[in-house]
Amino acid sequence: MKKLESSLLNMVLVLTGVAVVMGGILAYVNHLTEGPIAEQKTKALADGIKSVMGVSEITVSKTDTVRQNDAKGKEVTYIIYQTQDAQKHDLGAAVESTTGGFGGDLKVLVGFDPDGKILGYTLLEHAETPGLGAKADKWFQKGEKGDIIGKDPKEPLTVSKDGGQVDAITASTITSRAFLLAVNNAYNAYKTTPATDAQTGASAQHN
Amino acid sequence: MNAIQIIKNGIVKENPTFVLMLGMCPTLATTTSAINGMSMGLATMAVLICTNVVISCLKSVTPDKVRIPVFIVVIAAFVTILQLVIKAYLPDIDAALGLFIPLIVVNCVILGRAEGFASKQSPIASLFDGIGIGLGFTLGLTLLGICREILGSGSVFGIELWPETYDILLFVLPPGAFITLGFLIAIVNKLRNA
Repeated sequence: MKKLESSLLNMVLVLTGVAVVMGGILAYVNHLTEGPIAEQKTKALADGIKSVMGVSEITVSKTDTVRQNDAKGKEVTYIIYQTQDAQKHDLGAAVESTTGGFGGDLKVLVGFDPDGKILGYTLLEHAETPGLGAKADKWFQKGEKGDIIGKDPKEPLTVSKDGGQVDAITASTITSRAFLLAVNNAYNAYKTTPATDAQTGASAQHN
Repeated sequence: MNAIQIIKNGIVKENPTFVLMLGMCPTLATTTSAINGMSMGLATMAVLICTNVVISCLKSVTPDKVRIPVFIVVIAAFVTILQLVIKAYLPDIDAALGLFIPLIVVNCVILGRAEGFASKQSPIASLFDGIGIGLGFTLGLTLLGICREILGSGSVFGIELWPETYDILLFVLPPGAFITLGFLIAIVNKLRNA
């Protein structure tokens, strides 16, 4: 078949036509996938909270968004998910905290029990070097070399190089520092936010 | 050319990674492990098949002077569809490759095949070209991913082969991608010319 001539009218018509049709298809696909994508996000967060709290039956009773200034005066946002078990007992909170890692933002979710001990953590977002800093997802877990589970960051956690007690990831001190800072910040945000819950009166232990 | 020939052409004679050397940016960036390389290859193949067929169907109504913009609009639309579908139904792949999926829009394998093949051939032939080139690209990326994962992380598709102590970290980092690719191209060309 002969090609359509490259006249101005033809070019405008064809390009507009193609763009409109493709735009229509995209709108339709977006409409179809909107629901499942939102579901995936909620599920990922719910799974994260369950895993850092170490409990499978859990409900989020209250969500706080806290803005605090860090040491350099930059405002950082923390999201605190207060959690309860099926019997409405307070289990502590999962705190979302962000710091600058080696390759970009390092976003962690840390679980604390009501006394402030670390129950678990997970990396929500990171851009650390594969094979080096990216090992942070396992390194600080229970039984691993840099185990922080069960520690109480009342005294801020620091790497052994800075006089602390946590072994840094081999050849990834910057990532390790950023990670521990995120955990410490999460702890501070959690401690300074009262878990007011008038219905159960369980707020007495927090202040 | 029949279907088998077109597919074989894509995998061997005009392999996009080792012979045409198209799409080097995603090739180098995503092949830190075998599974990442393979996922990227399959994602690219899915887009390539769709765009090849659609562009081939549109070839007689596309004025020559606006053909590149038309190709890009079609490619971008399919990549966005793929991205939405991956986000909605394959969250694990989204976590590993999410950043690279939009880059498929500017992957020269896809524009190259649209311009060099689909805009001159029938939709059926373009479909098989998409499959062939797509398989060739997937094969190249998977091979590169396997080599880098073995040398850099001591595992294949996540299965550990030996303790971490013997890993050569360099191969997971960007320089390792260039070194591995260079050696693979040399070996493949030696075998092809033998």
